[in-house]
Amino acid sequence: MGSLIHLKVNGQSQSHEVEPRLLLAYYLREVLNLTGTHIGCDTSNCGACVVLVNGKAVKSCTMLAVQADGLEITTIEGLANDNELHPIQEGFKEQHGLQCGFCTPGMIMTAAQLLARNPDPTEDQIREALDGNYCRCTGYHNIVKAIQYASEKVKKEVFHD
Amino acid sequence: MTNIIGKSVKRVEDKRFITGKGRYTDDIVLPGMLYAQIIRSHYAHAKILNIDTSEAEVMEGVIAIFTGKDIAEAGINGVPCGWQVDFKNGDTMKEPPHPLLVADKTRYMGDSVAVVIAESKALAKDAAEMVKIDYEPLEAVVHAEEAVEEGAPLVHEDVPNNISFDWELGDREKTNQAMAQADHITTLEFVNQRLIPNAIEPRSAIGDYDSTNDKYTLYTSSQNPHLIRLLMCAFVLGIPEHKVRVVSPDVGGGFGSKIFHYTEEALMTWCSRQIGKPVKWTAERSESFMTDCHGRDHVTKAQMGFDKEGNIVGLRVKTFANLGAYLSTFGPCVPTYLHGTLLQGLYTTPAIHVDVTGVFTHTTPVDAYRGAGRPEATYLLERLIDKAALEMDVDPAALRFKNFIPPFDGVNQPGYQTQVALQYDSGNYEPVLRRAMDMVGYQELRQEQAQGRENGKLLGIGISTYIEACGIAPSAVVGALGARAGLYESAQVRVQPTGKVSVYVGSHSHGQGHETTFAQIVADKFGIAMEDVEIIHGDSESVAFGMGTYGSRSLAVGGSAIMKGIEKVIEKGAKIAAHKLEASKDDLQFEDGKWTVKGTDKSISFGDVALTAYVPHNYPEGLEPGMDFASFYDPANFTYPFGAHIAVVEVDTETGKVDLKKFVACDDVGNVINPMIVDGQIHGGLVQGIGQALFEGAIYDESGQLINGSYMDYTMPRADDLPSFETDRTVTPCPHNPLGVKGAGEAGTIGATPAVVNAVIDALAPFGIKDLEMPVTPEKVWKAIHNNP
Amino acid sequence: MIPSKFDYERANTIDEAIKYLVEYGDEAKLLAGGHSLLPAMKLRLNNPVKLVDINRIPELKYIKEEDDTICIGAATTHYEIESSELIKGKISMLSQIAGSIGDVQVRNMGTIGGSLAHADPAADWPAGMLATDAVLVLKGPDGLRTINAHDFFLGLYTTSLAENEIITEIRIPIPHGNTGTAYTKCMQPASRFALVGCAAIISKNNGLCDNVKLAFTGVSANAFRDAAVEEALTGHAPDVDNITIAAEKAALDADVLSDHFASEDYRRHLAKVYAKRALMEAADNL
Repeated sequence: MGSLIHLKVNGQSQSHEVEPRLLLAYYLREVLNLTGTHIGCDTSNCGACVVLVNGKAVKSCTMLAVQADGLEITTIEGLANDNELHPIQEGFKEQHGLQCGFCTPGMIMTAAQLLARNPDPTEDQIREALDGNYCRCTGYHNIVKAIQYASEKVKKEVFHD
Repeated sequence: MTNIIGKSVKRVEDKRFITGKGRYTDDIVLPGMLYAQIIRSHYAHAKILNIDTSEAEVMEGVIAIFTGKDIAEAGINGVPCGWQVDFKNGDTMKEPPHPLLVADKTRYMGDSVAVVIAESKALAKDAAEMVKIDYEPLEAVVHAEEAVEEGAPLVHEDVPNNISFDWELGDREKTNQAMAQADHITTLEFVNQRLIPNAIEPRSAIGDYDSTNDKYTLYTSSQNPHLIRLLMCAFVLGIPEHKVRVVSPDVGGGFGSKIFHYTEEALMTWCSRQIGKPVKWTAERSESFMTDCHGRDHVTKAQMGFDKEGNIVGLRVKTFANLGAYLSTFGPCVPTYLHGTLLQGLYTTPAIHVDVTGVFTHTTPVDAYRGAGRPEATYLLERLIDKAALEMDVDPAALRFKNFIPPFDGVNQPGYQTQVALQYDSGNYEPVLRRAMDMVGYQELRQEQAQGRENGKLLGIGISTYIEACGIAPSAVVGALGARAGLYESAQVRVQPTGKVSVYVGSHSHGQGHETTFAQIVADKFGIAMEDVEIIHGDSESVAFGMGTYGSRSLAVGGSAIMKGIEKVIEKGAKIAAHKLEASKDDLQFEDGKWTVKGTDKSISFGDVALTAYVPHNYPEGLEPGMDFASFYDPANFTYPFGAHIAVVEVDTETGKVDLKKFVACDDVGNVINPMIVDGQIHGGLVQGIGQALFEGAIYDESGQLINGSYMDYTMPRADDLPSFETDRTVTPCPHNPLGVKGAGEAGTIGATPAVVNAVIDALAPFGIKDLEMPVTPEKVWKAIHNNP
Repeated sequence: MIPSKFDYERANTIDEAIKYLVEYGDEAKLLAGGHSLLPAMKLRLNNPVKLVDINRIPELKYIKEEDDTICIGAATTHYEIESSELIKGKISMLSQIAGSIGDVQVRNMGTIGGSLAHADPAADWPAGMLATDAVLVLKGPDGLRTINAHDFFLGLYTTSLAENEIITEIRIPIPHGNTGTAYTKCMQPASRFALVGCAAIISKNNGLCDNVKLAFTGVSANAFRDAAVEEALTGHAPDVDNITIAAEKAALDADVLSDHFASEDYRRHLAKVYAKRALMEAADNL
């Protein structure tokens, strides 16, 4: 009944036999103990579970672990480079883009994809890009600023390079 | 590090959250842990005829199934209510039990009927589907005014007319007289609709019984672990408190909904004892919708009387408060002592009377949700005054200025005694509204509005001012008002031998940033680095006691408890320093982290004093070693933050859609420790307030089905529904706590809702529309325009 | 939010997928992007015994132009369509539709074929399919067949797709001449599905509309073309007055849905408003 899957999570190869009905979010949380990916709803709306699957932001509660066979997953735990925070993580800290922290990993992963596709988004574009991610604490105000901070920082780094 | 109070220090707790290392209850996995699936009633009101567990019991991985019969046979009481509000005639509040699992009848959609415990979440869920329950559906009642009518279905057979209590405050006679003499009376009949809190982390609880030591641990996603321990031990399970540890690790938002003692907490603790293994339950979002206590749900008729000059002469209020099917922990307190007592607002109203009936219905229990009673009071006042301004054709800001209570600082001038029991601590109301009007460009906007109207553009400007009672609360006062607990706070300031400081505090942080704000206070007062301070909270084993985080009380009450500890440390440190410096204590001053003999360069550092306290070789005679102080702080009064919010909206006449163009907030929360964090609290609060005004609201059908119990149907505010906000502050310190702080957690929510609704009504003024029910959805606006062309 | 047990098969070719469908019959369900199916399975509203994953079939993922037609492989994601320069250049309305679906995460995974097969009454694609006179290519054990979008949607969550068939391609004729297209949508505020979605295509010749196509989704149990609006504008200049008159005829005979977000009256009214907006925008895009 189990299916054998091989995938890369945060750069590390993983192989597990999983029940087909195991959702990717539970695989990450319960099999790999990567509990930074959260589960906040059962209707694919809230975005607390967003991870990158081959670079694309995906709600990991709406994907089976078996569907991830052969793919590369990046979770919040894999975003920082060694001990150096990713510019988006830094932006969230610098701009107070989080309060309780529960939606934060999903927000950050969604922001990562936004900036990959559009490095210099307007405020409206940032707000639109977040419509699959709910936050009940911040009113989104500082999340927007956090992403703007990251965008500025990446631009500067590119310029200096 | 001195002088860091008042600075926007970045949060120390952020690192773990932004790297995915937060630790929430559902992240915890204990050896041998089992998983619970609770079977919930799909009927709002039904008799349970039979439960057949035989098929489920033999399924793969199933360990146990318990029903309400098991709970009843074990003699377990229901979860208690923490606040007693009696009838006007002196009769005791009706308080039917709220069992962990119901045995006879279900009383709301989501009521717990049975629990299946299995080796995995999936297997528990599979087995739960195979438990066969025969129900006999009964007629339900969901609206409070209908529930009190003769012949309405009863939620509890022994509660006539479904009334839990009736209550009044203020002077009825005086108010009736004042209203009879008023030159103008504005009437508002409205529903302050039921909201569903929706913390993004669903509730979760793990019971873990250790038979070797006969000891229980409960991990729970709660805002106040100590209170949960007290209630669960003393009132539900009857186990001694010293045998129970309650841990609330990182908690993903609460907004009130995680204050209360929920049945699942006691149920998991009890199940673990039965089975001898840890048992975890985590709500699915649909369970959160059905079982997290809801907020608001008031049906109110209010009248405000004015004289010819526009002075308010009286206020009369009648409210039916829907309490849901059972009394939750603070359920009765919200519509009474957190609502009725706030009806003075910022105004000099000389006569007020409020009458509240608390009513059971076949719906989810209702309790405190961000603001809790104060948003309802503020909405009532601020809609009334705006409607009055419209009716009397005066500017809504001018009408407010006319009626504001004059400034008082609570030191040189006494506090302001209201008509509804409270004494405001300090206030200066005109400047917040003036500032908010400047920020938004009020006069220019009025011109823009007038021009826009000529071109069919519907711009609306909505003002709201508010006052709230925070820093909950003086124990003696709340005790007299029916609270069954004190509402002080505890803190322990432990200076380690190396001069590093651990602070154990009963306030729980679930987004508020206590680990930063409290550390700022300690580092500032001791003159040490932030990194040398650690704030520990959320574990009954390490923190002596706590009353938890709600009612914007953490800084005003918890912070003050910490301040008491800090003062004790400095006092004792001075004795040690005097001894070491061979000087008189009176000749010392403590500054920049050291005690200095005034007028000399002789000094000793905080760290050296700490070390001396723990290595007391050369030490004052008779002084105890060590540097560790537990303190309890019971506030002298509530604190009273206030502010003014202004919303600017544009209404699309074709669709009725309201576009929130701009929102400014000028709040006065007393002194501010960390402006960045306070702004963040305001932003988040605003969106919950805006959510109520425009988007949110639970909808029950007549049979008691919650028909929008999912994110596909319940509108949560999203980033692209909102603008960025402009915030500012005035500072009127609280005169009665050592930090001069008032509290900021709920201000945004309280002020925002009426500001937005007032703005929409203002936009629609050309159509003669004077009121709309919340949430102000496009269809309601369109219909109002359509019916009033 | 854990689905019931099922077996999982991943098909690598279309024929392999059909083989599974034939073998398993009504126990089987195709898994494309999974963004309609998996949520339903998590809530146990849909409990297939066999799940056949067609997400990795290379021959179902493409966007190309062929014989004046845009051809889209059924497992192409909404995001791939939204970001396709070819589509933006040829029928911009399709990128508008794709970009208005759900949220970015949904668009990354959800597929056009999956959405069409699911036939949610509030889904965005059906309006676009009807307005463009799209043709769907279906494959079953007996081979390929084509069907007009008009004949494909039968009602609430029902289509003419047979149990053992799979949608392989969507063919959208590229409009000729001076043509403007647009999709406008009034979102259900919670789910962000369409309360009313309106796809409009206007072709202009000598200053007058010689061909108008207008389709709605979200308004009724299934998407429909609104002939009354089309006829009212055909032969007239696409100016605001004529468009307003034509849009007033929107959804007049439709059996209009009602829910707590929009009553029948309000939805019908929205249909007029969004018809007007779609036509105005399409006219602007001429």
